[in-house]
Amino acid sequence: MASTTDTAPPGPAAPGAPAPPLPDDPAGLKVVPARHYARWVAAVAVVVLVAQFTHGLATNPVWEWDVFRDYVLSETIVQAVWVTLQLTAYATVLGFLLGTVLAFMRLSRSPVLQTVAWTYIWIFRSIPMIVQLVFWFNLSALYDRLGFGIPFGPVFWSVDSNSIIGTIGAAVIGLTLHQAAYAAEIVRGGVLAVDEGQLEAAAALGIPRLRQIRRIVLPQAMRAILPTAGNEIIGLLKGTSVVYVMSIGELFYQVQVIYGRNGRVIPLLLVATAWYVVLTSLLSVVQYYVERRYARGADRTPPPTPLQRARRFVRTLRTAAAQRNRPVVPFKPLGDIR
Amino acid sequence: MSDVMVDVRGVHKSFGPLEVLRGVDLRVRAGEVTVVLGPSGSGKSTLLRTINHLEKVNRGWISIDGELIGYRRSGNRLHELKEKDVLKQRTHIGFVFQNFNLFPHLTVLDNLVEAPVAALRRPRKEAVGTARRLLARVGLADKADAYPRQLSGGQQQRVAIARALALEPKVLLFDEPTSALDPELVGEVLDVIKDLARTGTTMIVVTHEIGFAREVADTVVFMDGGVVVEQGPPSAVLDKPQHERTRAFLSKVL
Repeated sequence: MASTTDTAPPGPAAPGAPAPPLPDDPAGLKVVPARHYARWVAAVAVVVLVAQFTHGLATNPVWEWDVFRDYVLSETIVQAVWVTLQLTAYATVLGFLLGTVLAFMRLSRSPVLQTVAWTYIWIFRSIPMIVQLVFWFNLSALYDRLGFGIPFGPVFWSVDSNSIIGTIGAAVIGLTLHQAAYAAEIVRGGVLAVDEGQLEAAAALGIPRLRQIRRIVLPQAMRAILPTAGNEIIGLLKGTSVVYVMSIGELFYQVQVIYGRNGRVIPLLLVATAWYVVLTSLLSVVQYYVERRYARGADRTPPPTPLQRARRFVRTLRTAAAQRNRPVVPFKPLGDIR
Repeated sequence: MSDVMVDVRGVHKSFGPLEVLRGVDLRVRAGEVTVVLGPSGSGKSTLLRTINHLEKVNRGWISIDGELIGYRRSGNRLHELKEKDVLKQRTHIGFVFQNFNLFPHLTVLDNLVEAPVAALRRPRKEAVGTARRLLARVGLADKADAYPRQLSGGQQQRVAIARALALEPKVLLFDEPTSALDPELVGEVLDVIKDLARTGTTMIVVTHEIGFAREVADTVVFMDGGVVVEQGPPSAVLDKPQHERTRAFLSKVL
């Protein structure tokens, strides 16, 4: 035995017979991939569960897929989806505009602006959205006339508040004010994430202050703002369902009206669910491409889009299939799958 | 004798209880290169930052080409300038940072075009022409459409120098322009600065490159503890330092 240890290869030898020495040409060795039995068992179990659930979805009569089919593209529902989209769009745009102003107020050197912005955010983050919406719904009880004039002085022009702010207007105001408080913190976080040196460089170049914000700070802040903002907008899209308390014909309200009439609760909730999923998915796709746009210059080589990735994957599969018939060449480094 | 371009008189600057500058006097004549040396914490970077008013001074004053920086004088009063006016003054003062501070989301060309268009209201076409000329001058004509992070550190700093030049400043300030670079990239940046020195650009360079100081500087200023300890031509300050602190510093870095 002593003589064999001299020529034994490094690494564990097979029990019993000593392994032959490693050949000089690495091509003579075959690599056997490790086998992950536990992983396979877990995968089978999960697949069975998913199959069971899908089967239930398709076969359980409670879901009433025929009712779902009747309503999902009906005019009432499509119109309600449109209202939901409008509420989301207005509240997003106005909310983030106001939020950006609030963010820069909090970042400003004026203690008055800082305090006002801080207080706004404090109050509007404290009030549940539904409570605030009901407040706006009852605006006319608070201020029955709105007008322009000298502060604390005479009023030159005024109107009945309910006549200019309808229920939709009240809902948009409510959603906007709520959203602005959160948007302010998101934008502030993004601005704080921009390197201090960027502002110094812009200041040293004499670039006017507003332009520094618009051209240098905000585009870079967007990288940090977008993921959270995407969350917020999707949250808002679903949050618009809360305005059903104001009897506005958005998706969730309309669905409730219909099942209140015909009693088909489950399939109509499915209709609402399907639409929310579709809209959220669309927003996620938009978010992906907007994020990509603002990532320009951040990476040396931008990561591929899902489409490019899919194409590359197909190409990899093809080359792999082509090589399967050729002799095995071990130790060849696997290409970067990205 | 040419005119004084940068005039620093009795400048004091504190950060809270820490007094960083304790009465600095400095005169730089037009077309001359002044190299500021000194141990870290001696206040040389702070001095440079007060010259373009990135830091406000607590006492003393600074003028460039006869114009007070950050203040307007009427009689015996100094009125603080509004940010807008300070920004306008800064367009006469080029500043090159240790960490380049290029705008990473803009292409190299847009980095150079931004300030002339935004601050000097130059037409974009004209600014692009100037930018391309400057990029060629620092040897990066082919990188106009690249993003800063796609460049090496040395290339980024050369872009930053071109960006400062795009405003045609009266004076260029360099804050340790090669300290963030790998040793083999230092040369290319120093070559660009040397080239500028030959063409008569007024410059103040804070650096640790003694060889560069000896070769390029008209005046070497040695700072320590927030004051100018010694200044004069490189042959005097570097080879026959009068002051003990200068000798101690030079013996460490040479």
